[in-house]
Amino acid sequence: MSQTVLESLNQALHRMMQTDERVHLIGEDLLDPYGGAFKVSRGLSTAFEDRVWTTPISEAGFVGVAIGMAMGGLLPVVEIMFGDFVLLAADQLINHGAKYAWIYNEKVDVPLVVRLPMGGRRGYGPTHSQTLEKHFLGAPGLAIVATNPFVDSGRLLETATRYDRRPVLFVENKKMYARRQRPIQGGRCEAMDARVSPGPYPSVSLSFGSFEMADVTLVAYGGMAELAVEAAERLLIEDERYCEVVMPTSIQPLEMDAIAQSVARSGHLVVAEESPGAGGFGAEVISALPAAAWAALRAQPQRVSALNLPIANSTALEAATLPDVDDLLAAMRRVLPTAASRSATG
Amino acid sequence: MVARERTGQSDYQEERIDPRARFAQMEGPLSEKLYAQMRLIRRFEEQLLERFDRGLLVGTTHAYIGQEADAVGVINHLRAGDVVFSNHRCHGHYLVWGDKPEALAAELMGRAGGLVGGRGGSQHICDGGFYTNGIQGGIVPGALGLSLAKRVRGEDAVAVVFIGDGTLGQGVLYECLNMASLWGAPLLVVLEDNGWAQSTPSHREVAGSMLERARAFGMEAGAIESTDAEAIYTHFEGIIEEVRQSVRPRLEVIHTYRLCHHSRSDDHRPAEEIEARRADDPLPKQRQRVSEERARAIEEAVEARLFEAFEAAEAQAQPAVEQLDDPLLRGMPGPQT
Ligand SMILES: Cc1ncc(C[n+]2csc(CCOP(=O)(O)OP(=O)(O)O)c2C)c(N)n1
Repeated sequence: MSQTVLESLNQALHRMMQTDERVHLIGEDLLDPYGGAFKVSRGLSTAFEDRVWTTPISEAGFVGVAIGMAMGGLLPVVEIMFGDFVLLAADQLINHGAKYAWIYNEKVDVPLVVRLPMGGRRGYGPTHSQTLEKHFLGAPGLAIVATNPFVDSGRLLETATRYDRRPVLFVENKKMYARRQRPIQGGRCEAMDARVSPGPYPSVSLSFGSFEMADVTLVAYGGMAELAVEAAERLLIEDERYCEVVMPTSIQPLEMDAIAQSVARSGHLVVAEESPGAGGFGAEVISALPAAAWAALRAQPQRVSALNLPIANSTALEAATLPDVDDLLAAMRRVLPTAASRSATG
Repeated sequence: MVARERTGQSDYQEERIDPRARFAQMEGPLSEKLYAQMRLIRRFEEQLLERFDRGLLVGTTHAYIGQEADAVGVINHLRAGDVVFSNHRCHGHYLVWGDKPEALAAELMGRAGGLVGGRGGSQHICDGGFYTNGIQGGIVPGALGLSLAKRVRGEDAVAVVFIGDGTLGQGVLYECLNMASLWGAPLLVVLEDNGWAQSTPSHREVAGSMLERARAFGMEAGAIESTDAEAIYTHFEGIIEEVRQSVRPRLEVIHTYRLCHHSRSDDHRPAEEIEARRADDPLPKQRQRVSEERARAIEEAVEARLFEAFEAAEAQAQPAVEQLDDPLLRGMPGPQT
C-alpha cells in the first residue's frame, strides 16, 4: 500500500529536519501530542524540540519572522493552520519576502516555504474551506507549488524547502491528506498511461488510452486532480472519448509545456480550479496558451470553477458551490459537441 | 540562478560591516567624530533635496533633518554581524552604518552603481546587514526573524529595528513584541518619536503610553528625551550591550523632533512649533563642542566628499535594461540540476 499524502509530507519533514539543521518549523499548535491541526507536523517537536516554533495566533508576525529567519541563513517551513489565514500575511509575503531578493539586487535569498492547507468538501464553512492561492498569482518573486496525489508530495516539499532559494507557497489540500499517493511507475499509473515532465516541480499527464488518442485536455491542479481523473474515466465509459488529464505542480511560474503539447494533440481544452474562476488559474492557462496550441483549438476553451460565493457549511450548499466530477464532464461535453451523437450512433 | 543544495553546512555569507570598529578608528575625540557624521547626514540630505528641486531625482524621499543624533547615538555601537532594519527615513541610519554616500547617492538617482543597482531607491536599500523597506511596521517581523536566526546560529548579534511614533498603529508590531518576549530575541526596537506621522500629530494616533505598550509584553522599555548626540550615544552604549548579553528584546523611545517636512514639500505643522524646536537642533549643539577650527575642517571635508559623491553618482549610467528579468523564470532549482 502506498503512503497517504499526509504520511509522505510528515516523513519528508522528519527526513529534512534530520539531515539539515537549518530546517525550522513555525506555526500554530505544532507541539506534540497535538502536532498541528492536520497532523502534518506530528512527532517533529518531540524529535527536534529546538527547531519547532509553536506560535501565537499571529500569522503576519510569524510569516514575517520566517522571512527574517530565511534571510538569516535558516530554512524555515511555515505551517498556516488553515490556508484561508494566509491573507493575514499577504503583506509580509508580497511586499516583503517576495521582493527582497530582487530589490536588494540579489544580495539576499529568502528560502522560505509556507504550507497552505486549502480547499473545501469537509464542511468547515466559509472561512476555513477556501482555495485562495489565486490571490497570490502574479506577485513578483513568489513561487506557488501545488501538490496532488500523483506526485510524491513529500519529495515536492523537500525540493521547495532544501533546494529552492525563493519564497514558495506550498499548496496542499485538506481533503487530499488522507488519500493514498498514486505513484507512477514505468510510464503507468494504475490503468492509465502516464507522463511526468522533467524538472523539480513536474507536471503529470494521465490518459486511459494512449496520449495520441486524446480528444480533450483537462487541466487540473491540487484538489481537483483526482476529480479530473474520475471525470476522464467517466468520459471514456459513458462517451467513449479520451481525455488527457494534465496536472501541473508549478502554478507560478505556470508550467505550460505539457499543457500546450496536449492541447496541440487534442484540440480541446477544459481548465479546472476549486476557487471561483475570475482572475484565476484557468484564465491564466488559457491566456498563456502558445500560438501552436491556439491554432489547434477546435472549440472555445471551457473553465470549470466554483460559484462566486462564500462556501457554505451545509453539505448540500457546499457541494453545489464547488466544482465536481459532473461539472467537469459537462464542460468536456460542451467542448466536444459531437459526443452525444457519437455515442448514440455507437 | 545557479541551483545549489542547501546542506548542513552553512552557505550563508553576508558582507559584514562593522560600524563600531570604523567609529573607533575615526580620528579625533568623540565630539568631533559625532559632529562629522551628523554633518555628513545633514548636508547629504540638504543636497539631495536641492537636487529634487532641480528635477534631478524622481519619486520622493524622507529627510532625517533634526534627528541625526539618533542615528549616531545608536548605530555606532553596532558591530559586524549585527543587523539593522530601517524604514522610509533611512538615509541617516545608513550613512552611519555603511558610510558610503557615493553608493547611496547613486542609488537615489537610480544608477547602476547604487547600493542595490538602482532597484530600491530611497526607501529600499541593503548593505552588509542593513535592510530597509517602505511599509510602516512591516519590517518588524523580519528584524525579529533575523535576530532569532542569529541566535539559533550561535552568534551574539543584536538586531535593531527603527520605527516612528505613527507606526505604533500597526498591529503586526504587537504580534512581534509578544513573540520577541516569549522567545527571548536579541531585538532592540528604537522608536523615534518625532511627534508627527506625516501630517498627523502623535496625540491623534497614539493612545496611552508608548512604554507601557512594550512593558505589557514583559519587555524592558525606556526613553530618552533629547537631541543631544552625546547623551544619546552614552544612553545606548549600555542598552545595546544589555540586549546582547541578556538576549532579551527591548523597546527604547527617543523623543525628538523632525525639523524638515515629512517627505518633499509637505508640511502643515504650525510654524511657531517648528521655530520653537529649532533651539533643539542637534547639529549646532554638537558643533559647540568642537573647536571652530576643527569644525571648519570637518565641514570642508564633508563638502568635498559629498561633491565627489554626487558628481560620481550623476556620471554613472542607468542600470542596464537587459538585466530586467523574472527571477522566477530563471533555471528552476532542483536536486538534479
Ligand atoms: C503601511 C503604511 N501605511 C502608510 C504609509 C505612508 N507613510 C509613509 S511615512 C508615514 C508616516 C510615518 O510616521 P512615523 O511612523 O511616525 O515615522 P516618521 O515619518 O515620523 O519618521 C506614512 C503614513 C506607509 N509607508 N506604510
